[in-house]
Amino acid sequence: MKDIFVLMEHRRGEMRDVSVEMLCGAAKLGGTVVAVLLGKDVDAFAEKAAGYADKVLYVNDPLFENYNSEAYQKALSALIKEHGPGLLLIGNTAQGVDLAPALAVELGASLVTDITALEMDGDKPKPTRTFYGGKLDAHFAMKDADLYILTVREATFTAEEPSKSGEIVKVDNPVTEDISYRKFVEYVEPEVGEVDITQSAMLVGVGRGIREDKNLPVVEELAQALGADLAASRAVVDAGWLPADRQVGISGKTVKPKLYLAVGISGAFQHVTGMKGSEVIVAINKDPDAPIFGIADYGIVDDLFKVVPKLTEKIKELKGA
Amino acid sequence: MKMVVCVKRVPDTAESEVHIDASGKDIDKSRLSFGINECDNYAVEEAIQIKERLGEGTVTVISLGDKDSDEVIRMALAKGGDEAIRLEDEAFKGGDGLAVAKALAAAIKGLEYDIVFTGALADDDGYGVVPAALGELLGVPHATYVKKVEILEPGKRAKVGRELEGGLLEFLEIDLPCVLGIQTGINEPRYASFKGIKQAAKKEIAIKSAADLGLDASEVGEAGSWAVLEQFTPPVVGEMAEILEGEPDETAAKLAAILKEKGLV
Ligand SMILES: Cc1cc2nc3c(=O)[nH]c(=O)nc-3n(C[C@H](O)[C@H](O)[C@H](O)COP(=O)(O)OP(=O)(O)OC[C@H]3O[C@@H](n4cnc5c(N)ncnc54)[C@H](O)[C@@H]3O)c2cc1C
Ligand SMILES: Nc1ncnc2c1ncn2[C@@H]1O[C@H](COP(=O)(O)O)[C@@H](O)[C@H]1O
Repeated sequence: MKDIFVLMEHRRGEMRDVSVEMLCGAAKLGGTVVAVLLGKDVDAFAEKAAGYADKVLYVNDPLFENYNSEAYQKALSALIKEHGPGLLLIGNTAQGVDLAPALAVELGASLVTDITALEMDGDKPKPTRTFYGGKLDAHFAMKDADLYILTVREATFTAEEPSKSGEIVKVDNPVTEDISYRKFVEYVEPEVGEVDITQSAMLVGVGRGIREDKNLPVVEELAQALGADLAASRAVVDAGWLPADRQVGISGKTVKPKLYLAVGISGAFQHVTGMKGSEVIVAINKDPDAPIFGIADYGIVDDLFKVVPKLTEKIKELKGA
Repeated sequence: MKMVVCVKRVPDTAESEVHIDASGKDIDKSRLSFGINECDNYAVEEAIQIKERLGEGTVTVISLGDKDSDEVIRMALAKGGDEAIRLEDEAFKGGDGLAVAKALAAAIKGLEYDIVFTGALADDDGYGVVPAALGELLGVPHATYVKKVEILEPGKRAKVGRELEGGLLEFLEIDLPCVLGIQTGINEPRYASFKGIKQAAKKEIAIKSAADLGLDASEVGEAGSWAVLEQFTPPVVGEMAEILEGEPDETAAKLAAILKEKGLV
């Protein structure tokens, strides 16, 4: 079996969990696992990766201080041409999505994005990924290719304890061209609002099922009765019904309240990623197939406009008693 | 500035039941409603706003799909698009993200353009492949998950903000021409005016086949794809929620009692 390359992702001094998860997943596929690390003075990450990989290819260069998909693409394609791996795993993250398709086109490699499970048929991957916002799993077979590139959704593989001590091989930066046609400028933090939902003990999460902002009082009253704060799906924030600092999910906040009550939220994985650690999850949704019921502890399949006012009433009664 | 926007017609599956059809490789679409892919709607708006801001420019709308996609194209024209192209061919069917990007690239290569807009991700397949693949195929830089666009110098350079995990924005400067994959929430998409809709109904949509684009059938569609869909299955879920049954009165009372028992009320 040819080598498996795994791209280490990091930003501003932090390595993403998906990188270690992919190394652990790759170790089970058979074959030599090579962690590829591009960065500036990230020796600590090289050592961490070595705990999970048979080898670490480490390019230490100022060009990689901040992520630039063009710089990454050039470096990876050079390393791939030199070492000839059969499989490359990249996190299906904001970085990975910007990089993998272009790299696949350049190398004439096979590509499947956002996989959620992986089996092998000899050297050939058989990936699974979701369709229709998580309502179906799609199982794929691959045509023969020299290189398969897969982008891997977070938590597809499980991170384990380090058990290897791979050799760290420092390699010269293969990228010599000027890439000022795409130049990093700066990071800008999201705005901070009045309420920090990461600190809230209870949250009522509001989704597109609320229909219009004039319906918000329905959930506001429930939140008030419970003593909870309001959180939101991205759809609600995009529509301008609640401010961005209320957004839960991959591109919003990660919350772990005692209670997360999802109202009219479908449960797209980008949302679920941000709230699945909540202690008790309740979902109210009129669609029995909504993926949110797959991670909720309790569910009510009904029209939120009928159930929520009743729930508010019952909670008030219990509190008054 | 010449701009191109790629739009896809997709089924709305968030609120409807999704049934796998007899082939196991598709879904029964007969009872689904269709519309423009969510982030493509924002991409159309962004292109039109740039045209309005600069006081000049054109917006060409492109879609790969059958005749039904005209409805989505015409809506984009009604909002301020100027021209439209639809790619239709039996050979395009069943293509994965790279195969779709190949067809779109072949059509766009024949146009003059400063920015090609796409959405970040299609709501149906969720590949997120087209924007970065299109950039590479066209030989121009790209950026995905774009949530801010500022034209620094028309036809020359732009500053864009990419939305990363946690809502962090990564700003970069990028040379034009380029491909930008637009994320939802970047702007407030307008509604088409009645007058716009009437005018759009009269506009011509140029139809192009694989042969018109100089593509061989083996390069596109299922034949030109790496990944072959074997079958759809319902998702594997861990433990399903305990569903509380009854009329709203009863389910609400049951839930309130559970919350109380757990010390949450
Ligand atoms: C890169 C990227 C990052 C993203 N980041 C995030 C993120 O951080 N957070 C996030 O939330 N999303 C994120 N998304 C978007 C995500 O994919 C979904 O589109 C979004 O979560 C959907 O929001 P929703 O559940 O409110 O809406 P929908 O998916 O439209 O669901 C609405 C739900 O309401 C139900 N409903 C409708 N009417 C009623 C009623 N009367 N009673 C009861 N139920 C009703 C429907 O059955 C449906 O399940 C991201 C997407 C991308 C591509
Ligand atoms: N059939 C299509 N026609 C036109 N544009 C498309 C098509 N498929 C995908 N796109 C564009 O590519 C983006 C990303 O799609 P995908 O890579 O399939 O997730 C979409 O938001 C569209 O802008």
